[in-house]
Amino acid sequence: MSVHGKRLYIEDVTVSFDGFKALNKLTLYVEPGELRCIIGPNGAGKTTMMDVITGKTRPDSGTVWFGDKLNLLTLSEPEIAQSGIGRKFQKPTVFEDLTVFENLELALAGSKSFLDTLLARITAKQLERIDEVLGIIGLADQYQMPGKILSHGQKQWLEIGMLLMQDPELLLVDEPVAGMTPQEIERTAELLRTLEGGHSVVVVEHDMDFIRSIAKCVTVLHEGRVLAEGQMCAVQNDPRVVEVYLGGE
Amino acid sequence: MEAQSRALRFGIIRDPGSTWFLGSLLALVVIVATLNLFVPQASALHVSGYGLTLIGKYLCYAMLALAVDLIWGYCGILSLGHAAFFSLGGYAIGMYLMREIGPRGVYGDPILPDFMVFLNWKSLPWFWYGFNHFWFALLMVIVLPALLALVFGWLAFRSRVTGVYFSIITQALTYALMLAFFRNDMGFGGNNGFTDFKDIVGFTLDSDRTRLSLLVISAISLGASYVACRAIVASRAGRVIRAIRDAETRTRFLGYRVESFKLWVFVFSAVLAGIAGALYVPQIGIINPSEFSPMNSIEVVIWVAVGGRGTLSGAAAGAVLVNYAKTYFTSALPEVWNYALGALFVLVTVFLPQGLVGLIPLLRRKREVRPRKEVEPFVVRAETAEPSNE
Repeated sequence: MSVHGKRLYIEDVTVSFDGFKALNKLTLYVEPGELRCIIGPNGAGKTTMMDVITGKTRPDSGTVWFGDKLNLLTLSEPEIAQSGIGRKFQKPTVFEDLTVFENLELALAGSKSFLDTLLARITAKQLERIDEVLGIIGLADQYQMPGKILSHGQKQWLEIGMLLMQDPELLLVDEPVAGMTPQEIERTAELLRTLEGGHSVVVVEHDMDFIRSIAKCVTVLHEGRVLAEGQMCAVQNDPRVVEVYLGGE
Repeated sequence: MEAQSRALRFGIIRDPGSTWFLGSLLALVVIVATLNLFVPQASALHVSGYGLTLIGKYLCYAMLALAVDLIWGYCGILSLGHAAFFSLGGYAIGMYLMREIGPRGVYGDPILPDFMVFLNWKSLPWFWYGFNHFWFALLMVIVLPALLALVFGWLAFRSRVTGVYFSIITQALTYALMLAFFRNDMGFGGNNGFTDFKDIVGFTLDSDRTRLSLLVISAISLGASYVACRAIVASRAGRVIRAIRDAETRTRFLGYRVESFKLWVFVFSAVLAGIAGALYVPQIGIINPSEFSPMNSIEVVIWVAVGGRGTLSGAAAGAVLVNYAKTYFTSALPEVWNYALGALFVLVTVFLPQGLVGLIPLLRRKREVRPRKEVEPFVVRAETAEPSNE
């Protein structure tokens, strides 16, 4: 490895589905504590990239390292989740029948085996952590509500809260503001900005206004590889980017 | 927040459904025992030996329903093969009861059960060894269903067989076992199975005292199973199990080994079913391969659906109610029963998705003539009066 000190290394990763290359020798690095936005037209490979990082999809070639020590390609999905990578899905999937509190409880870091959870008692420290996260995601008053009666925006925040419970070093956030009202979008941008520094955050999003409001560094994917990378304003004016993606805006 | 944690810790005791369930179980046992022991036989209120057996049978079915509710209602795995575990438990205790007969069989062989003498077998097959000991049979009642569930579940869950596919292979499992047990050369009595039991640990089965004792033991086992199931679903593991039911992939991404949770619950559920079967056989006095019939497993699912899936007490109550109806119909209008059962299932699924238990809150709401206006939904938080984070 010629590059050092990154939070995440994706190097020369190729994934093909029946000959179609969803990722084509993709190389991407994420710094510790960085908030990185990934944009790109449909089919650019954004979701596939997330799938590779979380172990859902295995690449045909290339390497994926989490920090300098963990080779993610050798780990299973739960092992990757345990190692400190949290993922928020495109569609919010909180546990509908469990309360906000219970949703966060299940997301607590710690042993996840059957026998340990059977005997688990929530500690004062864990309660404190849940309270803290309830505050960050703005759901302190809703903690006893079942997941199914939350609004769409609240579900998204709860899901981000569940990621925070695991205290992940790297957060993968897939389309956090799809279907949100402008107020909710603003609230979400604020939430993600508070995470920057403490965690590395990778956000995949279509909403350009939202990206402009949070992003420092933007990566544009196209046809499974990086088309451009840099400050939002620089990327925005890159003629190649304008052609494939922003041109359509 | 303290109150929430306390509620989490003592969820079992505080749950009003549990008090209701265990209370009615105790009341049932006390009433039945009184009516059997102290009311003269001539009285219309006397519970006969037949009545004791019938109620004991319902209690065993209720335990089987708990087992199915735990795996289906809470974990979302529709097992259509639980009769297999029930029957294995029944066969295990049946083997003990057969050996207990000893030389009192028709052929008078001190070791070989009648059907083996009839088949001209000369010695006891190896897998019958040990069943002359009661403790060994009890051990097998737990070990055999657990082992089958472990191997079957491990293979199925590891390959991520879910939903309807899992249900179908469980049907195949119980059907295959039925065909196997029908064969005479399997050494389990073929299509006649085991019957003509004489006594159990020295007590003759043909007495009301033994029947009543078996009923009481069944009730205690049912109560204990209920408490165990309730403890599981009230624990964090229980919440993980419900999470698996609602969003399996999501649970996996939280770092839980979904397959291992499913396997534990499946094995535990199978053991409960096995114990229920072991209590059932000495009371009924017979076990044969038709207990493995796929239809039996489907009936259990109907009991659970009728009573209320994912409620435990509802499932147990459903088992008793449906079987009471079955006892009544099959003697009064035998040809109608299967249609009535089918219709019941359809009606409950369409109109009462939460089963009969789902009616309780509705009734309660009706009784409160005018609901207090906009009850503050977060009472616990208000009580603890904890300063908010902002």
